[in-house]
Amino acid sequence: MNGRYFVPIAASLGFAFLYLPIVSLVIYSFNESRLVTVWSRFSTKWYAELFRDPQILQAAWISLKIAFISASLALVLGTLAALVLARFGRFAGRTLFNGMTTAPLVMPEVITGLSLLLLFVSMELTLGWPAGRGLTTIIIAHTTFCLAYVAVVVQSRLVGMDRSTEEAALDLGATPVRVFFDITLPNIAPALVSGWLLAFTLSLDDLVIASFVSGPGASTLPMVIFSKVRLGVSPDVNALATLMIAVVAAGVLASLWIMNRRAGASGSSVQ
Amino acid sequence: MTQGVVARGRAWVAAVPGIWLLVFFLLPFLVVAKLSLSEAAIARPPYLPLWEWDEDYLTITLNLGNYRYLIEDALYINAFLESLRIASVSALMCLLIGYPMAWCIARARPERRNVLLTLVILPFWTSFLLRVYAWIGLLKPNGVINNMLIGAGLIDQPLTLLQTDFAVILGIVYTYLPFLVLPLYANLVKLDGALFEAAEDLGAQPWQTFLTVTLPLSVPGMLAGCLLVFIPAVGEFVIPALLGGADTLMIGKVLWTEFFNNRDWPVASAVAMVMLVVLVLPIMLLRNAQNSSEELA
Repeated sequence: MNGRYFVPIAASLGFAFLYLPIVSLVIYSFNESRLVTVWSRFSTKWYAELFRDPQILQAAWISLKIAFISASLALVLGTLAALVLARFGRFAGRTLFNGMTTAPLVMPEVITGLSLLLLFVSMELTLGWPAGRGLTTIIIAHTTFCLAYVAVVVQSRLVGMDRSTEEAALDLGATPVRVFFDITLPNIAPALVSGWLLAFTLSLDDLVIASFVSGPGASTLPMVIFSKVRLGVSPDVNALATLMIAVVAAGVLASLWIMNRRAGASGSSVQ
Repeated sequence: MTQGVVARGRAWVAAVPGIWLLVFFLLPFLVVAKLSLSEAAIARPPYLPLWEWDEDYLTITLNLGNYRYLIEDALYINAFLESLRIASVSALMCLLIGYPMAWCIARARPERRNVLLTLVILPFWTSFLLRVYAWIGLLKPNGVINNMLIGAGLIDQPLTLLQTDFAVILGIVYTYLPFLVLPLYANLVKLDGALFEAAEDLGAQPWQTFLTVTLPLSVPGMLAGCLLVFIPAVGEFVIPALLGGADTLMIGKVLWTEFFNNRDWPVASAVAMVMLVVLVLPIMLLRNAQNSSEELA
């Protein structure tokens, strides 16, 4: 057996493993039969079914709202946290601050969900706010764990960025606030975009935390999908999955194309 | 004076996310700790208060019963051990599958590297729940895999794949693989190519170079990657709930059942506290591994 081909073959199998289930989801979403895995013939009827299901449409709308607000809040808070970690040097409480921003990344979701719910319940008992649970509590919970992801993405960009322009501006008398908005912000803009998108996707996808902190009338899309899927496979979920995959694929291809064009443009300007 | 203004401005910048995290990340753990010491009751919310003011006297009732219950009922200990076992096996499987991938990406030409990295990250951007769901269709008795095997004449009866520990491990390996590949890639890509050339020039076989040069140097990346799989896998709920059977005991599922089905909030809190204590060590190890791979850079 030739050892030279072992690694590439093993790696290709790894990539195939990542994509096989996704491909099968897409294929069987066009299957006419209700038995998801027995192919009968091509049909788009599950897509039509999907758009006639008011429960799914309403949950999708709720999830999109939550994801948009949480991602935006997490972007602001996460960027501030990243700025503190990347630019403020040593200060009292830095270890705690660092721990609190990175721990949510690895914390099991059941713990985060349970602890936030218990917090909301005790706050309601003692402060009277938040009254009941629903959109607001889900948004707070999602902002908290998405903040950590935004902070990591933005921090790595801040650390990798050339600081000489910032320092020059400060030396020439610009205020730190002005330096941030005129120099730092345009520099980290790509990281802000990917941080926001990451937060948006994570919020849209979360089942466990939302299940804990949600209340009546605030079922998110993953909660509806989970209750459907628990009863067995349903072809309209395949259709929904295919639509979501199509959106993600389009987004990624667009960003690759933009990056390539930029790389090409900067390459030709160097020449 | 400007120094003072700058310092005050910085304090404000740090205070906004700091206070948010104190209130919504740290404080909740104290609430969980408090609740794990209280008694369950049929009330709204379903537990008795820990302290009560009774005519100028403060009565604090600490109840260790929830923890004793966790030790006495074998269900909880078994669930913990089973979660640790499934998470360890999954992390090792991820390592076996992910190492060749990380290595190939690190050794690819730079322009191909980005494409391969995107291919690793891309599934992470699609819904986790739906990717786990996809495996139900593949694994169930009349699912894609069984149909193919029967069609090929390899088996007569469908294999029981779904609702087994195998399915749970497969699901965890599948969803967490990118978490292993990325830190390992970051580690491998930093290794100096001259080391491999030197080993080769001195007559080492490729496998010797791998065992004596590459493998020891990639320990921080392997450790960070394995822990990034292991830690969330211990508390995983969705994967055992969808792919595991009724007898698949994982601690995340037990916590969920205590909370949603039995409505026993104090026991659920005690389970969460024990889980936190169990995970403190791996989380500290992860921080060390991440720091040492940063120093390598």
